[in-house]
Amino acid sequence: MSKVKPGTGRKACSSDSFTLSIGPVHPALKEPVRFNCEILGEKVTRVDFELSQVHRGIEWIGTRRNPVQILYLAERICGICNISHSLAFCRAVESVAGIEVPARAQYIRTIIAELERIHSHILWAGIAAHEIGFDSVLHYTWRVRERVLDIIEYLTGNRITKAMLMIGGVRRDIAEKQYPRIREAMNYYNRYFDKLKKIFLADPIIKARTRDTGILSKADGLGLCVVGPTARASGIKKDVRQDEPYAAYPDLDVRAITPDEITGEIRGDVYDRIAVRLLEVRQSAKMIEKCLRQMPAGKIAYEEKVPKLLADLRGAEGEGIGRHEAPRGEVFHYVKMVGEASPFSWKVRAPTYNNLLSWIPMLLGEQIADIPIVAASTDPCMSCTNRAVITDSGERKVLGQDMLHKLSVRKTSELRRRLGK
Amino acid sequence: MKAAIVLNSFKRKFGRKIKKARIEKIEHKLKNGNIISRVWFNVERNSFKDAVKHLCKIYPNPHFSVASGYDTGDHIELIYHFSVNYDSKLAEICISMHVELPKKNPVLPTITDLIPGALISERELQEMLGVMIKGIPDSRRIFLPSDFPKGVYPWRRDETGPEKLIRNLNKGGSL
Repeated sequence: MSKVKPGTGRKACSSDSFTLSIGPVHPALKEPVRFNCEILGEKVTRVDFELSQVHRGIEWIGTRRNPVQILYLAERICGICNISHSLAFCRAVESVAGIEVPARAQYIRTIIAELERIHSHILWAGIAAHEIGFDSVLHYTWRVRERVLDIIEYLTGNRITKAMLMIGGVRRDIAEKQYPRIREAMNYYNRYFDKLKKIFLADPIIKARTRDTGILSKADGLGLCVVGPTARASGIKKDVRQDEPYAAYPDLDVRAITPDEITGEIRGDVYDRIAVRLLEVRQSAKMIEKCLRQMPAGKIAYEEKVPKLLADLRGAEGEGIGRHEAPRGEVFHYVKMVGEASPFSWKVRAPTYNNLLSWIPMLLGEQIADIPIVAASTDPCMSCTNRAVITDSGERKVLGQDMLHKLSVRKTSELRRRLGK
Repeated sequence: MKAAIVLNSFKRKFGRKIKKARIEKIEHKLKNGNIISRVWFNVERNSFKDAVKHLCKIYPNPHFSVASGYDTGDHIELIYHFSVNYDSKLAEICISMHVELPKKNPVLPTITDLIPGALISERELQEMLGVMIKGIPDSRRIFLPSDFPKGVYPWRRDETGPEKLIRNLNKGGSL
């Protein structure tokens, strides 16, 4: 059982501590969340956070649209996870309506979802490097990421918003003549895996900044119900692709990746979270290669004519769950349909929803300069600008993103001096 | 198979307090295809906390996914989604518990003492559906902005729903 007691409301500053408020937009991943940290000297002694900056009421809008229209909405819940949300939604509706997805469509869904994971993890690795002051690594990783974006554009027509899924299947086929280019890109990632591993895991300064920083113990992780790489880095082997295989995952034999595969131990710190994500990039590349080898022929959708599909869905009654392992963890959609054009209820749960509370045990006892990298290490996804306000006995000092970033970079340079690099 | 064992264990323990129990099966027809099973049931409000305790007893540290909910007219129906026994291939069981709350007295005990990770969902249920979670350690709003009017619950379908705010948005007026 977790010992973490989440915050019980705002508390007045005591005479020897002060409150550091970071937000309303988070300084690391440009997401709208505000942190209120109580600071004693350099140490964080209490953590609280506020969301509520950008509630868009997407679920409410969804209950006034038909399932095919909702797909467009679901794709726009998150910029990166647009396949994740639409896949979870499709699965929920398919389970309500009893729609069977053709095997070829399941494979195409898997390929696109794994391409999304590679793109998301490498993007995150670049930001993590930037947070601790390695801007050359940021530019390098983002250059490496371009390759997967090219492939996504090649297959779907768009770099980011893929619009590939349809209820009961997919919208576009992947033709045989497109395979070589995908294979070539996957070889590229297999080749660069060793280089990325060397940059992130062997560098003594990155190691000094991230080892034993932002620790989440397995017990806390279980109690707080964390998901995705955050959970796996703490030794919780939870991965929907392994636990409840769907799409083409039953044929791929996925297993949850924990950091001990590469480091030999599990500490649940920022370093472990980097290790898990790097390993997952390689895992995804291998899965895509396997999908291309095994891809069955056949239809790509249960029903290609949208009016016919909508007529079938209008008669559907019941409730269903759609789950998908997104890059950040499990995406969970609940849909209830009552035989009308629009669903009666739609609930979306993104992975960050479950990972929020894990910031409290991670940040407690850490230094101010570590807040950006620790908060970013869960890869939070909420949505951009930033500033921080320090209030100290009535006086207000504004710490901008630049200042916080400088603090973090200064800590890295001090470490570098101390390590003699 | 395991799903049936879990459901029977609940049935034995709670008898008639469990209704509409069913096991949903979803088949994936592939080369190594599989069938996944999910457990659904309704539990009476007074036994809800005991049902969660029972779940924690059979599977220590159950994973709480989220609580969804909707307004049925006279009642508010909440669905608590759990998943247990993850860790290896096809062993996981998704359990969804429905609880009905009368609108006149929509109170439910907190489960954060058993599963601390349920806090965000409980805060969300309070602000979105106007239910009262008894014993919640932090009752502040979470997703709605602090200037959102009191007594309006976005997931409700009655007079406390958000309809009147929407018209205002159309006119460009303030709340």
